[in-house]
Amino acid sequence: MIGFVSRQIDNAYGWFNERAPGATAWWNRHAGQYYAPKNFNFWYYFGSLAMLVFVNQILTGIWLTMNYKPTAAEAFDSVEYIMRDVEWGWLIRYMHSTGASLFFVVVYLHMFRGLIYGSYKKPRELIWTLGVVIFLVLMAEAFLGYVLPWGQMSYWGAQVITSLFGAIPVVGEPLVEFIRGDYLISDATLNRFFALHVIALPFVLAGLIYMHLMALHEVGSNNPDGVEIKKVKGTDGKPKDGIPFHPYYTVKDLFGASFFIMVAAFIIFFGPTMGGWFLEHDNFTAANPMVTPAHIKPVWYFTPYYAMLRAVPDKLLGVIIMGAATLIFFALPWLDRSEVKSIRYRGPITKIMISLFVVSFLVLGWLGTRSGAEAWEKPLAFWLTIFYFAFFFTMPIWSKIDKTKKVPDRVTFEH
Amino acid sequence: MKKFLISWILALSSSVVMASGGGETLEPSGADLNDKASLQRGAKLFVNYCMGCHSLKYMRYSRVATDLNLSEEEVQLWLNFTGAKFGEPMVSAMKPEDAATWVGALPPDLSLTARVRPGGADWIFTYLKSFYVDPARPLGWNNKLFPNASMPNPLWELQGVQVAEMGKDANGQPMVEHLQMSSPGTLSAEEYDRVARDLSNFLEYAAEPAALKRQAIGAYVVLFLAFLTFMAWMLKSEYWRDVK
Repeated sequence: MIGFVSRQIDNAYGWFNERAPGATAWWNRHAGQYYAPKNFNFWYYFGSLAMLVFVNQILTGIWLTMNYKPTAAEAFDSVEYIMRDVEWGWLIRYMHSTGASLFFVVVYLHMFRGLIYGSYKKPRELIWTLGVVIFLVLMAEAFLGYVLPWGQMSYWGAQVITSLFGAIPVVGEPLVEFIRGDYLISDATLNRFFALHVIALPFVLAGLIYMHLMALHEVGSNNPDGVEIKKVKGTDGKPKDGIPFHPYYTVKDLFGASFFIMVAAFIIFFGPTMGGWFLEHDNFTAANPMVTPAHIKPVWYFTPYYAMLRAVPDKLLGVIIMGAATLIFFALPWLDRSEVKSIRYRGPITKIMISLFVVSFLVLGWLGTRSGAEAWEKPLAFWLTIFYFAFFFTMPIWSKIDKTKKVPDRVTFEH
Repeated sequence: MKKFLISWILALSSSVVMASGGGETLEPSGADLNDKASLQRGAKLFVNYCMGCHSLKYMRYSRVATDLNLSEEEVQLWLNFTGAKFGEPMVSAMKPEDAATWVGALPPDLSLTARVRPGGADWIFTYLKSFYVDPARPLGWNNKLFPNASMPNPLWELQGVQVAEMGKDANGQPMVEHLQMSSPGTLSAEEYDRVARDLSNFLEYAAEPAALKRQAIGAYVVLFLAFLTFMAWMLKSEYWRDVK
């Protein structure tokens, strides 16, 4: 019996392989025979977790669209309909809203990993720059999705963000009108934001993620030591410090994914609003163009950039600063002049600068959640913004003069 | 790795504490969604004292029946005074066009109040205890938690009438220092607290009926995932044994 079953499976596999001989090769190239360094640590979970959240957003998003109504008159009510009358609608909605915040948690940690281990350095510049494009598209996608529930903060957040384009000289105002499809945020805006959120940007994101991964598999993964494992190969031609991605990292990522889903489930079932951080209080009031909320602020993942925007008195300059703060990540591979990749073999200057950068980013994020009413908030945000940029602009100097340790030939691996 | 996980969990839980703070201090309501009797009393209080003006347009009578262990007959007899069908939402009998002439503005729908107000049930609880007599206001009532609220105290017969003792704030502006009972109502302070608690509890429930199910099954989901995580860890360890 077992012999019969396995024969049938072999036959089916043979039949398939004859007609698609590239499939097995593809699998081997990207999983079965893709050699990844064996010394990945905690920070290397976040790439696969970002993929997991992406899949979650797509699936829960499809189910949400089955009951969501993208019109100004019905959007808010339809979300409450999902929360109350659709079977398990509340779970699907919370998975999507929690997923949005956790997407940024894992993506920020994923980027931080790249920063400390020099994963953007030669030969991985292309992976990094594709990653930055993903980050930018993800921000657009999150913003568009945030508008859809059509709460007060959706509406006024959209009003503020779209009006930023108005700061651009000459074409600004017509551009804002073009984006909104109206003179202000309205039904037309909601409709097009829905189209962009559920079709256009997810499609672009999927393509970019595929390119990001293909670019990675072309040159191979970096690791916490910043050692190129391809330089030391065994007699079989395989990297001595490499292990096949499947099964070693598939089972390891399965563990990471399980743990992550457990944390996510804890949030979804016991604190889906995260005390107003993941789902904001003001967004449980339907959009009202006649009433401006006392304090318009973006969701937590945008607040560092929002704080920068507010720190600059001039609107156009503020918009330029905010844009530059995200675009500057593109330049990172060429700003870093250090001989070594990983922070493990770099000197104190790098460690101090990266620590201060993290602190400035977090404090800016915190400032962005505040009303900005206190006198000290603006100057603090201003100087932190200065440091944020100084970190990048002075990087060619400090990364070059910083002392480095000798990088070993092999990765460090403790069992 | 442990350190990272612990710091992450700490960061997550502290963010919850941070977000709930700020502004006027709220009194802990002691609202408990698992207290079905309290929710039933709250529903009854709501339809008797609040629904004359306020609706719960997202809350169906039938859903209240299911969640609060009430039969259709009980709901239709004790909670539904508008003649609405069992499956229809709890909408006030007051017409919006009448509201403008009668009380000046359309009283807000209360379906999501517990989610809109930071503090949820505690906010509603404190609000219901913060009314005081203020002749300067059109309807003679003001509220310490929500200054210049246009709503009069609907529960004044139960609570009694409070008056404000005024003081000055940091900028020398007059402000309510604290509230004092000038003429007691039909209920004692403890009994009125229970009324306010039951109402807050019911509105907390109405804001998110799914919370009952969410909390009921959440522990099993997390426990299952903890087990899955453990199994995945064992599997990983088994595979990784030969990585030297």
